[in-house]
Amino acid sequence: MRYSVDFNWLWDGMGALAYGAGTTLALTVSTSVLGIVLSILGAAARRGPYPWLRKLVGLYVEIMRNTPFLVQLFFIFFGLPSLGIRLDPITAAVLAMTLNMAAYTIEVVGAGLDAIPRGQKEAAQALGLRPRLVFFKIILPQAIAIIFPALTSQIIIMMLESAVVSQISVRELAQEADLLQSRTFRSFETYLVATLIYLSMSAALRRLLFAGKRRFLGAGLA
Amino acid sequence: MIEFTFWDILRNLVFATRWTLLLSLAAFAGGAIVGLAILSARISKTRWPRRFASGYIALFQGTPLLMQLFLMFFGLPMLGFRIESWTAAVCGLTFYASAYLAEIWRSGVEAVPRGQWDAAASLGLHRLLELRLIILPQAFRITRAPTVGFLVQLIKSTALASILGFDELLKTANAINNATFEPFKVYGLVAVIFFALCYPLTQYARFLEKKATFG
Repeated sequence: MRYSVDFNWLWDGMGALAYGAGTTLALTVSTSVLGIVLSILGAAARRGPYPWLRKLVGLYVEIMRNTPFLVQLFFIFFGLPSLGIRLDPITAAVLAMTLNMAAYTIEVVGAGLDAIPRGQKEAAQALGLRPRLVFFKIILPQAIAIIFPALTSQIIIMMLESAVVSQISVRELAQEADLLQSRTFRSFETYLVATLIYLSMSAALRRLLFAGKRRFLGAGLA
Repeated sequence: MIEFTFWDILRNLVFATRWTLLLSLAAFAGGAIVGLAILSARISKTRWPRRFASGYIALFQGTPLLMQLFLMFFGLPMLGFRIESWTAAVCGLTFYASAYLAEIWRSGVEAVPRGQWDAAASLGLHRLLELRLIILPQAFRITRAPTVGFLVQLIKSTALASILGFDELLKTANAINNATFEPFKVYGLVAVIFFALCYPLTQYARFLEKKATFG
């Protein structure tokens, strides 16, 4: 039998792929927010007064960076229940993605915080601002402007890596493509379309983030 | 339920690690060869090869590796190749690695001072010889740390070959887990083995980076 390319299934599959793409985006957004919060805490702990906490965060970063994301995901989803921690697929996926991303962004965020001259903090304090305001209004915005490109890449990498959470049946884009190809028997075409959707999503996300950066952080800071 | 002792599990996993290593090495070697071709297209003087190479790099860096592997696995048979998971995994990881290596090495080529090109040109060398004798050796030296860093990335990425059904470390772990129902132990050990493979390389990359910074 000669195989010929056929995209007729695409009309019927469009809804499922759109749903999957939406889930992928939702996973990416929640992971980015949680991951960045976690990495600010981690970066603070890395520079904090407790040696044991510094070591612990360092160990965490090394472990996450030197093991595959898919193994981390399986460990969390299949392994944790034997400790009595049972998670549904979406929670497991968000948890695994967040923990993985934070390991990469802790050092990025830390480097950004280190890059802000001490004078900025002293000047803000001299104005009588409270420590929390100094951090959130003066230090953090400047740090984020500096690390923005690295953070953007990490967010996009995480979106692409989220494809493997299809392996614990989270119904994101890759999983929807999987289900679709098992119905239509058009595996190559289905995965091709899904890949092109990922490609346009990563291009669009990059543009959106950089447009947002110009809007909120101003150009020329980084 | 089959009785597996801790040592049975560990032994099986360590045996399966050789496929992970072999796959990593094959993908790295393949990626280096294809990556060199992409690199030379990327820094070519004519426009079309340059366009092609940047499109190629954008494609492989902008899509999930899992989708690339699936396309390889389901696409090659369409062209009339009978394909096994091993071939699909090696091809997929090779293309993936080539895009990243080409981009890493290009940053090295760009860091080579302009004068080196001029000097090479003044020797009357052909462009390919210029690259091979003068520019690339320096570019490789500059980018040694990120190259080793990417090797870590590649070793971790071989875990995805388990999804295509290739019997590397993670696939073997899945099989053992199905027999023993001890996911905590099995996936924990897999993580330890990957860590043992990757951590020394991470440290080596860090060492190279320090050496590059402080001379």
